Amino acid sequence: MSELEAAVAAGVLGAEQGHRSLLQSTVEVARAIFHAKASSIFLLDAQRDELVFEAVAGEGAATLVGQRFPSSTGVAGWVLVTRQPLVVDDLAADTRFSREAAESTGYVPRSLMAVPLLVEERALGVLEVLDRPRDRPFTLAEMDLLGLFAGQAAIALDLMLRARRARDALAGEGELAGLARIASRLEAADDEARAAGLALLEALERVLR
Amino acid sequence: MSVLAHESDEELPAWSLPAEAGESIRLPAAWTEPITREWAWAGSTGRGVRVCVLDSGVELHHPLVGVVNRSVAVIREGDEIVVRDDDEGDLCGHGTACAGIIRALAPECELVSVRVLGAGYTGSGSVLLAGLEWAVGEGFDVVNMSLSTTKRNHLDRLYELADAAYFKRTMLVASAHNMPVESFPWRFASVISVGSHEQADPFTFYSNPSPPVELFARGLELDVAWLGGGTLRCTGNSFATPHISGLCALVLSKHPGLTPYQLKSVLHLTASNVGGEA
Repeated sequence: MSELEAAVAAGVLGAEQGHRSLLQSTVEVARAIFHAKASSIFLLDAQRDELVFEAVAGEGAATLVGQRFPSSTGVAGWVLVTRQPLVVDDLAADTRFSREAAESTGYVPRSLMAVPLLVEERALGVLEVLDRPRDRPFTLAEMDLLGLFAGQAAIALDLMLRARRARDALAGEGELAGLARIASRLEAADDEARAAGLALLEALERVLR
Repeated sequence: MSVLAHESDEELPAWSLPAEAGESIRLPAAWTEPITREWAWAGSTGRGVRVCVLDSGVELHHPLVGVVNRSVAVIREGDEIVVRDDDEGDLCGHGTACAGIIRALAPECELVSVRVLGAGYTGSGSVLLAGLEWAVGEGFDVVNMSLSTTKRNHLDRLYELADAAYFKRTMLVASAHNMPVESFPWRFASVISVGSHEQADPFTFYSNPSPPVELFARGLELDVAWLGGGTLRCTGNSFATPHISGLCALVLSKHPGLTPYQLKSVLHLTASNVGGEA
C-alpha cells in the first residue's frame, strides 16, 4: 500500500474512530445533562428499513450496540417518521409501552425522551434518554434543550456516515476504489510516468468541470 | 379521482362575478354579537363534527377514546400506496393519545383513524401524503396532524392538499416543530399550527403574535390514553395539537359551516391572551 493510499485510508478510518467517540460522548453527556439512567442513539438503516443501536451510555451499554428493530413502530419509530420529539412517563409501569421498550433494550424503563436526529431534510435516526429522575417536574425548556442537543448529535452522526461512505467507496470493490489505486500507482511511478499521469488527471479535471 | 380536481366540477364561470350578481351570493352576517367562549362553544359536545386523526392508528375500545367510527391504514402494496380498512389498532400509542384528548374535549364528535405509520420509514412521506389526500377527499371537518415532514420534494403536493382542504372547509391542525430544522405542513398559512404551553388547563390556549406557530395549547405532562387500555404521562407539541382539534370540533358543532379563516378568527378572539378567560 502506498503512502498516499495509506494516508487516505488512515484519514477515513481515523475519522470513523473519532466520530464513534463523539457519538459515545454525546450519549454520555445527554445522560449526564438529564440525570438519566441511560441514553442511546439509533441510526436508520434505510436499506433494511430498521433502526440500529449506534451508541449507548448507562444501562445496556455492553450489549445493545448493533441490535436492530423495525423503523416505523413503537415510540422511536413514531418519532422518526413524524419528526416530532416525544416525552413519555409510564406511571403504571405495566403497559405495552414498557414491555416493548424492555424487549428492545433489555431493561424496563419507566420514562423515555425521544427526539429525531435531523440534518436538513434527512432523518438519520433517533436520540433517546431513558429514566430521568421522577422527583422533579419536566419543563418545556428541557424539551427545547433536548431538541438543541439532538441537533448536535445529528451533525456528529452525519459526519460519521460520510466517513463510512468515503471508506466504503475507496476500499476493495467500492465505487471509487480506482481513485485509491491511481494514487498508489502515481506514488510508485518514475518521474516521467508521474508527470504524464498528473497531466492526464488535470485533463480529466477540466472535462469534469 | 384526485381531491385536487374538485374545483373543475363546479359551474362556470368560477372565477368572476357578473354585474348585479352580488345579491345572489349574499351571506348571513352571522357575527352580530361579540365573539366570546360562551358564544363559540358553550353547550357544545362536538356532535355532528367529523374529526380525523392522521397518526399511528387508534386502539379500539379504549375507555378514554370510546367509539371510533372508522379505522383505515395507508399501506404499500408493491409500488402502489393504498388505503384499506384496518383492524390492527395503534402501532405506537400516540394516535390513541390524540384521539383520547379530542374525545375528552368533544365527547360526541365522530372520530376516524387514518394510520400512516408502520409501513416502514422509507416512503413514509408518500404514505403521509396519501393519508392526507384520502382525508381531504373524505371531507372531514377537522384533521389532526401531530406530525410533519422535512422532505422538500413533498412540498408542492403538501401545499396543494393543504389549500384544497382550506377551500373545502376542512381544518388541518398541525403540530409545530420546535427543533432547528424546517418542516411542514405546520408552516403553511392554510393550517393551524400548534405549539405547547406549560399550563394544566385543557381550555387554556394562547394566540401567538409572532407566527409561524399560531396557537399554544396544553402540551406538558398530560395523562393520555395509551396502548392496552392504559394511560401514560406525556409531553410534546403533538399532544397540544389535539386540544385545538377538539376545540375546533366544539366550535364547528355549534356553528356548522364556518370556513377555516372564520374558525381561526374565532380561536384568536377566544384565546386566553385575547378575549378568552385564562
